[in-house]
Amino acid sequence: MSLLEIQDLRVNYGGIKALKGISFTVEEGEIVTLIGSNGAGKSTTLKAISGLLKPAAGKIMYGGRDITGLDAQQTVDQGVVLVPEGRKIFPNLTVLENLKIGAYLRSDKGKIQQDLERVYDLFPRLKERSWQKGGTLSGGEQQMLAVGRALMARPRLLMMDEPSLGLAPLVVQDIFKIIGEINATGTTVLLIEQNASAALKLARRGYVMVTGEINLEGSGSDLLANPSVQEAYLGSQSRRHARL
Amino acid sequence: MSFSTFIQHCLTGISLGGAYALISIGYTLVYGILLLINFAHADIFMMAGYFMIFAMASFPWQVAIPIVILATVVLGVVIERVAYKPLRNAPRMSVMISAIGVSYLLQNLATYLFSALPQGYPTIPPLKKVIQLGSVTTSLVTLITPVLTILLVILLMLLVRHSKFGMAMRAVSKDFETSQLMGIKINRVVSYTFAIGSALAAIGSILYFTDRMSVTPFSGTMPGLKCFVAAVLGGIGSIPGAMIGGFIIGITETFLVAFGYSTYSDAVTFLFLIIILIVRPTGLLGEELTEKV
Ligand SMILES: Nc1ncnc2c1ncn2[C@@H]1O[C@H](COP(=O)(O)OP(=O)(O)OP(=O)(O)O)[C@@H](O)[C@H]1O
Ligand SMILES: [Mg+2]
Repeated sequence: MSLLEIQDLRVNYGGIKALKGISFTVEEGEIVTLIGSNGAGKSTTLKAISGLLKPAAGKIMYGGRDITGLDAQQTVDQGVVLVPEGRKIFPNLTVLENLKIGAYLRSDKGKIQQDLERVYDLFPRLKERSWQKGGTLSGGEQQMLAVGRALMARPRLLMMDEPSLGLAPLVVQDIFKIIGEINATGTTVLLIEQNASAALKLARRGYVMVTGEINLEGSGSDLLANPSVQEAYLGSQSRRHARL
Repeated sequence: MSFSTFIQHCLTGISLGGAYALISIGYTLVYGILLLINFAHADIFMMAGYFMIFAMASFPWQVAIPIVILATVVLGVVIERVAYKPLRNAPRMSVMISAIGVSYLLQNLATYLFSALPQGYPTIPPLKKVIQLGSVTTSLVTLITPVLTILLVILLMLLVRHSKFGMAMRAVSKDFETSQLMGIKINRVVSYTFAIGSALAAIGSILYFTDRMSVTPFSGTMPGLKCFVAAVLGGIGSIPGAMIGGFIIGITETFLVAFGYSTYSDAVTFLFLIIILIVRPTGLLGEELTEKV
């Protein structure tokens, strides 16, 4: 049984069909990536799984249970945690509060403290800045905070929406390395990325979305080698080589 | 003006300001969370006045006060549920219009139920107790109001800054969607916010009407507007700001009346509003207004 199974999911924004019936699965322990150009419906997919958006049709199965149409609080409570696009940390809360609010639904004080230590180990920078307001952090630090905040919820399925957006290449490397580490401790990861080559290298499997549909799937390495994927998403590199 | 009259006016001003402060906080809290100017807040305050008249008709004041606070809280929360919650994703203007509608509804309902004639506000014996401080004579309510106001503001700020619920409130005030992703129930936070605002308005109404001695269906309008101005003056969204704004407006009003300019006392309130909006639109303690995403 897959940890997550999406069946023919459809989401509309008023008259706009953002998802036109997509299906995919994520197995426990995997890193799966969803790539695709701007407006393909990647963020919409994650929001629908989280419960921020109500699907028009289709089914979302998680851990064998139907979670279609649940509210965000309910999916978080079941371990489905989203790191939203653009980080969305709370600028008026301190770094420590931002982390604590990630554990909002938990009441196991001792374990929360342990997880806090773990996040601080993962991102020592956050510990130094724990009393600073979230809004005063740099972009990279905010991304670390967004990931740390999600970890505080003890995710079973961690969904990340473009964690590398707007970050310097070195920071991107760090973030990807940490995603790998988080996954190695047993957390399943569903990753959306613009940076398709890095994502496909990290992920075991990937799906390619085009205007609300999935039109290609395969293992990370297969997709990486696929000419049409190279053309569309890894394009700049191959074209540059061609010209030389 | 002799020194003792001056002190007398100071006390009256601070006391009126305290009542204003408690009402202003309701505006500021709701605005902080929903970016909504809750026009109905003034009329919730007015209804609290009537609740007291009825409660005191059957109960001693010790029982009547909790009943009034509870009834006002229920009224505030129900109004939010019925008139604002269904519009959570609607444009801000729609919610604002709904709030104006509720305001008129409450005024007309009160006129229908209790007539437009002023109804005598009951006397709460301990508040009316006369106190002699040297050459100054005053009633206990004048002394209790500012102390109680400051105490409640401190409690509220502790709640907002240091409790888990307060953290959720601050998060919701910035970003609904991300707050939901943390597992926060937005509607619950909003309900509690209205409950707190209404409870403070109920306490404010007891302190205010004890000095005015009568209630009409329109008793809320002027104090409501002034308290809204107080909230803007202090920086809307800021709790200590609302308190300071309330005191400034209350003290100014009292002294204008004392110097014989009572005709202008309301106008000066709005002059304050205009000046602050021109000179410092964020108010005395307000932060930069950030649009909610
Ligand atoms: N709130 C909204 N209202 C109306 N249309 C929307 C809304 N949000 C997204 N859309 C539309 O739905 C489609 C899918 O958007 P989505 O944000 O899921 O794309 P995406 O794949 O995440 O793109 P990007 O890589 O740019 O983040 C787009 O055409 C977008 O314009
Ligand atoms: Mg997106």
